[in-house]
Amino acid sequence: MVAVKNSHTLVALVQDKPGVLNRVASMFRRRGFNISSLAVGHSEQEDLSRMTFVVEGDDGTVEQVIKQLYKLVDIVRVSDLSTEAVVYRELAMVRVRATSQTRSEIMQLVDIFRANIIDVSADSLIIEVTGDEDKIDSLQELLKGFGLMEVMRTGRVAMLRGAASRQEVARRGAETTRANKPQDYEQIL
Amino acid sequence: MQLTGAQMVCEVLLREGVDTVFGIPGGAILPLYQTMPEYPKLRHILVRHEQGASMGADGYYRSSGRVGVCMATSGPGATNLVTGLACAYMDSSAVVAITGQVARAAIGKDAFQEIDITGVTLPITKHNYLVMHAADIPRVLREAFHLASTGRPGPILVDIPKDVFTEVAEFVYPETIEMPGFKPTLEGHPTQIKKAARLINEAKRPVIMAGHGVTLSRAFDELRELAEKAQIPVITTLLGISTFPESHILSVGMPGMHGVAYASLALDRADVVISLGARFDDRVTGRVSTFIPNAKIIHIDIDPAVIGQNVFTHVPIVGDVKRVLHMLNREVKKATHPEWLEEIEQLRRDHPSLRLRDKPKLTQQFIIKQLSDITKGKAIIVTGVGQHQMWAAQHYTFTEPNSFITSGGLGAMGFEVPAAMGAKVANPDKMVWSICGDGGFQMTMCDLATIVENKINVKFIVMENGFLGMVRQWQHIFYKDTFYATMYSANPDFVKLAEAFGLHAQRVTDKAQVAAAIQEAIDYDGPALISCIVDPEENVYPMIPPGESVKELMEEPVPAQEAAWSR
Repeated sequence: MVAVKNSHTLVALVQDKPGVLNRVASMFRRRGFNISSLAVGHSEQEDLSRMTFVVEGDDGTVEQVIKQLYKLVDIVRVSDLSTEAVVYRELAMVRVRATSQTRSEIMQLVDIFRANIIDVSADSLIIEVTGDEDKIDSLQELLKGFGLMEVMRTGRVAMLRGAASRQEVARRGAETTRANKPQDYEQIL
Repeated sequence: MQLTGAQMVCEVLLREGVDTVFGIPGGAILPLYQTMPEYPKLRHILVRHEQGASMGADGYYRSSGRVGVCMATSGPGATNLVTGLACAYMDSSAVVAITGQVARAAIGKDAFQEIDITGVTLPITKHNYLVMHAADIPRVLREAFHLASTGRPGPILVDIPKDVFTEVAEFVYPETIEMPGFKPTLEGHPTQIKKAARLINEAKRPVIMAGHGVTLSRAFDELRELAEKAQIPVITTLLGISTFPESHILSVGMPGMHGVAYASLALDRADVVISLGARFDDRVTGRVSTFIPNAKIIHIDIDPAVIGQNVFTHVPIVGDVKRVLHMLNREVKKATHPEWLEEIEQLRRDHPSLRLRDKPKLTQQFIIKQLSDITKGKAIIVTGVGQHQMWAAQHYTFTEPNSFITSGGLGAMGFEVPAAMGAKVANPDKMVWSICGDGGFQMTMCDLATIVENKINVKFIVMENGFLGMVRQWQHIFYKDTFYATMYSANPDFVKLAEAFGLHAQRVTDKAQVAAAIQEAIDYDGPALISCIVDPEENVYPMIPPGESVKELMEEPVPAQEAAWSR
């Protein structure tokens, strides 16, 4: 069996309690799992939050991540959205150096990327851009030439396409995980 | 009913069926201790070090299946619990620790004796809580007991600030427990169980590997039924020892680093391995890539995360071992494997790993064998960690279920004294022997005072070799005899020491004295200690070096003279 390293997008529904982020982060650290991004925010339910992780590793590692997440009492549900039809978004704010000579050129780029300028000062601009990581990466790359002063990215959030209800997400998430695995884990998930 | 937080703690403890708590008071937890005299049904055992409280609670749980409870104050009291909690965590022991915390307003201010104990114990508890309102105490403690003892058991810490103990609130005992994030799978999946049964029915060389999960789910009868029905030999991991009577013809013994050669070899040659509540620890597997190369693995465990963690599993079954076996046994057909059993018998004859050589000096193996014979394999044996632990695992013939209590996963020296104390408190009618190394014993021997004070009738054997024996052994085998920092050149006189604590004490220096000393300790009505001066140069064999396979197994070197005779 060849271990293929790739990135998986996991979405976890967690109880909104103090310390839950710490519990999750601590588990990732002590088990040596690699997260390349993590985004947390409220969900549609009052006392639940949703976390989106991007985890690097082969299928076996990601399977362990999911199982270890489930062991945390505050985690209600975990779905692996990696092979589903999913919409990914990330938001970034970029402060870039802008002089009267370069400002219009930057504004053209912002237009092309359907980004927004949300703050202007004499020698800089703050640009807000939303999209998948590739789009943000390429805008960031293009802006480098003008002088990047500060970049802040939220990390990926993901959601299934179509009118999937929460239950649907869970079901499909489970199926995905199962299909990814060499073994039959149906009773676990 | 309006109660203080402290009263609520006691109320819930009683409702959870707690009869004993191990602990030491201190500033932040004093309001609870002020309330405890109102609840005389709660027996408080005042230990001498908080590690004794957490390990005492651990021994209490392991030997009885009833959740162990320990208490400590904030700061140093709480941090002293940590090793015992880590031990309970590694070995899946249901322990609830209640710690005092500085008053709410002082949290985060580096107050006197303030430690973020929920932060400290995050990775070594199954879950933990900081309770900020007295009204939450009933729910939190109920959840704590439920979490500790359900699914894969584990320690839970509940940290309660001083002013929460004194806060008055309405006591509402929750009838049900609502934890959407905690729903352990207890029933095995029927399809998976059918698959497993098919593998077992087709197997030519099946082996059962029984682990701690068999004890935790009390699946002794089901294990025996499976083994006998399909005539499958039973290998027991360190924590699986005493899940299956070692006097049974199908009992093969312990595999792995210091297991018997024939158990490791039987695993190596098996075509189907049925793992019951074991987690394929590195002390069992050695080098994973060469571990049981030919076998299909059926892995039954309540914790999905240990399945597939270390070895590839062909048939994973998540569930409570007892319930899964109950279903599995119906699907498994009666069978015999005469050739396979004969092959294992032959391995036993070819590799007599546990044959006691006739040595002039007093050895730990000899003492443990004598103890096994005199107690007829029926005592509860508690050990520390190291050589004496391995020899106890090897040479005591366990015939009673759940009679071996040892620190497996964490490997915590010093476990032997407080865990034996806890085991005896939970089992006043059973004989409890604590087999101690002189290293570990000195880590926790302060609790001899607790044992005498509370009339806890534990019998101790201290194996006095003046060395950290297992470390010395590694220095001998892997570090070119660099015996650095392993010798105890000024051990105390353990007999005088024990007498000073108020125990009955004897010293044994010669093989001829052993049986009589053990008998005298048994006959003495109270805690007793035997200090045995044993050969410091004995090493534990067989041994598979760490990260190696059964092919690298070392048997005890045969002295030249003996080899010549046998020629």
